Amino acid sequence: MNWRTPRTGGLALLAAVILLLPLALVNNYWYEVAILIGINAIVCVGLNLLIGYAGQISLGHAGFFGLGAYGSAILSARYGWPPAAALAATTAGVALIALLVGRPILKLKGHYLAMATLGMGIIISIVIVTEDRLTGGPDGMSVPAFTLFGMSLAGERVWYWIIGGTLVGAVWFALNLIESPAGRALRALHGSEVGAQVSGIDATRAKVGVFVISAMFASVAGSMTAHYSGFITPGKVSFFHSIELVTMVVFGGMASTFGAVIGAAALTLLPQLLTVLKEYEMVVFGAVMVSTMIFFPRGLLPSLMLALARKRK
Amino acid sequence: MSAQLAQYLLTGLTVGAIYALVALGFAIIYNASHVINFAQGEFVMIGGMATVSLANAGLPLLVAIPVAVLTAAAVGVALAKFAVEPARGASVVTLIIITIGASILLRGLATLVWDKKLHALQPFSGDQPIAIAGATILPQSLWVLGVTLAIVLLLGWFFGRTLTGKAMLATSHNPLAAQLCGVNVRFVLLLSFGLSASLGAIAGILIAPITLTSWDVGVMLGLKGFAAAILGGLGSGTGAVVGGLLLGIAESLGAGYVSSAYKDAIAFVIILAVLFFKPSGLFGKKSAERV
Amino acid sequence: MNRSGFFRFMQRGLGLAAAVALAGAAYAQQEPIRIGAFLSVTGPAAFLGDPEQKTLEMYVEKLNAAGGVLGRKLQLVSYDSAGDAEKARTFAKRLIEQDKVDVIVGGSTTGETMAVVPLVEAAGIPFISLAGALVIIDPVKKWVFKTPHTDRMACERIFLDMRDRKLERIGLISGAGGFDKSMRAECLKVAPTYKVQIIADEAYGAGDTDMTAQLTKIKNTPGVQAVLNAGFGSGPAIVTKNFKQLAMNMPLYQSHGVASKEFIKLAGDAAEGVRLPAAAVLVAEQLPAGDKQKTVSVNYKKDYEARFKQDISTFGGHAHDGLMIAVEAMKRAGTTDKAKVRDAIENTKGFSGTGGVVNMSATDHMGLDLTHFRMLEVKKGNWTLVK
Repeated sequence: MNWRTPRTGGLALLAAVILLLPLALVNNYWYEVAILIGINAIVCVGLNLLIGYAGQISLGHAGFFGLGAYGSAILSARYGWPPAAALAATTAGVALIALLVGRPILKLKGHYLAMATLGMGIIISIVIVTEDRLTGGPDGMSVPAFTLFGMSLAGERVWYWIIGGTLVGAVWFALNLIESPAGRALRALHGSEVGAQVSGIDATRAKVGVFVISAMFASVAGSMTAHYSGFITPGKVSFFHSIELVTMVVFGGMASTFGAVIGAAALTLLPQLLTVLKEYEMVVFGAVMVSTMIFFPRGLLPSLMLALARKRK
Repeated sequence: MSAQLAQYLLTGLTVGAIYALVALGFAIIYNASHVINFAQGEFVMIGGMATVSLANAGLPLLVAIPVAVLTAAAVGVALAKFAVEPARGASVVTLIIITIGASILLRGLATLVWDKKLHALQPFSGDQPIAIAGATILPQSLWVLGVTLAIVLLLGWFFGRTLTGKAMLATSHNPLAAQLCGVNVRFVLLLSFGLSASLGAIAGILIAPITLTSWDVGVMLGLKGFAAAILGGLGSGTGAVVGGLLLGIAESLGAGYVSSAYKDAIAFVIILAVLFFKPSGLFGKKSAERV
Repeated sequence: MNRSGFFRFMQRGLGLAAAVALAGAAYAQQEPIRIGAFLSVTGPAAFLGDPEQKTLEMYVEKLNAAGGVLGRKLQLVSYDSAGDAEKARTFAKRLIEQDKVDVIVGGSTTGETMAVVPLVEAAGIPFISLAGALVIIDPVKKWVFKTPHTDRMACERIFLDMRDRKLERIGLISGAGGFDKSMRAECLKVAPTYKVQIIADEAYGAGDTDMTAQLTKIKNTPGVQAVLNAGFGSGPAIVTKNFKQLAMNMPLYQSHGVASKEFIKLAGDAAEGVRLPAAAVLVAEQLPAGDKQKTVSVNYKKDYEARFKQDISTFGGHAHDGLMIAVEAMKRAGTTDKAKVRDAIENTKGFSGTGGVVNMSATDHMGLDLTHFRMLEVKKGNWTLVK
């Protein structure tokens, strides 16, 4: 086994970090922050497949996250489904929706695609806010705890391991996908769509496929968030959250699975660290974003790797 | 019944005119740099908030407005110089994230320089409603419509008849060729940001007496302006204006005849439907991909 | 004799000085009482969180200047949750786990409050919410209290006034926010009890800049006698302006969500004649001399306006009441032990706050009734009490 490749070495490093991190988590608040990072990272790893590898932007992934969260919440709270079944059904439902929407939307290019996904996300958000009988409206709704084989999964320390395990699984899946023939087809798409088509790649099918996968990642993360926190509001469905997710991917480094994880960690942690700044928080946050993107236009991780590689030479 | 329709149309036109001005700002910057400037809404906010604070400080509107527009233009040029230009050559998505970061920065600055409260601006010529075809309209709406029309005509003249305008157009078609012909592409970039910031600020000032202004007013208006620009076809001036007006009217009719809770959703469904049939918007150029 | 007297004097003096020094050291070294807060200082509900934050800061300072509580200093630990329920939850966890606060006063909006409820219930920490909706205290939750009037009470107070004015068929227009939608639902629920028919029901979105379309629809609904607007922020001011623009000659009611002088400034002339239910603090000076709320309201208004040079709102008042109820409870309990403080809060009786006279019980964790919810009308650019 070659430990220097990202597939094995990187994955082992990630697993090690997740295993050792609890030593530094002094109380449940820090567990909470770690869990939030994990949830965002799962969404970002999926979104990065779409943005970083297939080169298709989406400004509507909070919509899929929200569908996952509210699907699980409604099925388990209003209709009494067992949470595991609710999660599975919701994920399948979101995959179907992504498949149906993906075909026409992914024919669009660049900024038009950005607008279409943005519109899709906003429509989902408006429906969730307006149908308050089902969703509780803007004030949100309570969600029952996750139960598996009669055991109730609650508390930060339990969910830390669930989210951590899911993240490792998500990263493993993404790394394998990228190395697979389908993944190579995707990267070819990113380079030149026409070129890829000429070489016999069904561009639309490949794009829709990765769109559906990234939507499912977001949906599962949404379902888990709902059950973990026991309460869900439309805040996480808003287009601000969509933009936040894209920002994490770009910040950490497009076309780098571990970059997506690092982006999620950095941008989840930053607001928690900036609270000491009080009214200056927004200004500093904006300034950090702008300057990072100017000085590391490829994102944190790829720029860092590049610098390291240059040093070695 | 027709009075009701007239009311919806007048309302839609007024709101749509503001969307159109914001959309024009998107189009101008896109043409000069292929950047989608997500901080466009913040220029709307700066225009409104600066005018209000200057007016409260005792300056007459005739002085406050030009100062506010110049302030916004200066911020726009600074944005181009210190945030967009240094990142030249970065990917489109990276540039988008930079403008999003800049918009957060500008909003944060606004809460520090001004405050987090809502503010009202005095209407330019009273607030006695005017009756038109059974509908009523505020004098300020006429200002909005009139100034928007004047700006559209002025921009048409600028891009069609002046050397600078033509240089900007040339840059949008082919920056390298334009540069070879002696166009200062750097200057065009700064100018386009300054120009579209001024447009945004004017929109913000015109609408402030009707809808109030605050530090976060730019978020929604920026979003709607982007939607209008896409609906019309990115980079097309005519498209931006038509897109803005259509969006405003669609929202107003949707609220009046279908469901007010779903009016924004209706507007976005229409945009999606248009894009499915015309993937480059109503007036957008069909893009040919170079292989 | 002289010497021993001198020595005794010295001894006593030294002893006294030592005692004072020790007490001072103890006072300084004793852990401060930590008041936790998470408020929407930015975001769409900033106009709630901003005055709440200012009020808490000011009164914690004032209480400390007066010697603190139980001989200990107060320390305010506050975070900006920006109207985001998830942020509120994370910050509440931080307050409980990391900052180890003794009591939480905060939660500007209902969504933020409800997201935090499971945490405070599990941790067992007294929590006084500053948000409006009824769900916060109904059903009663052991550790959760609130200071503002509920949205249902606002509907009831408005419908009472409508009944007095013989207005039976009304149009409702509400925003898309949590406050707006919750109040809309409550109004629809209690309207039949007051023989009020809601015959038009319109909505507008967050950040909408024009509501003439919705109002035109209401105007053209036959038989409408009055309009009620449930909402806060810029929406109600725009509704009020559009209302005048469309020359709708009927009474307009707003909710307690716009209870500050700001609203009149924003809506301008159009605000004339608008009625709304609100806490007495808005009309502090106009209260009759014998009114139980007069002193506290006038003092709060004076303090706040002198310090921040801006008009008061009832929202800051809720924060004042929340902090004071917590502080009074600690004094009565003689400790900051969480269970004892919770019991003491529940036993709050006859507390005169800016929102009303509070009488809590095991079944009522708000302790307000309609008698202290005043009906106000805008006259000549100012709030006046409707007699």
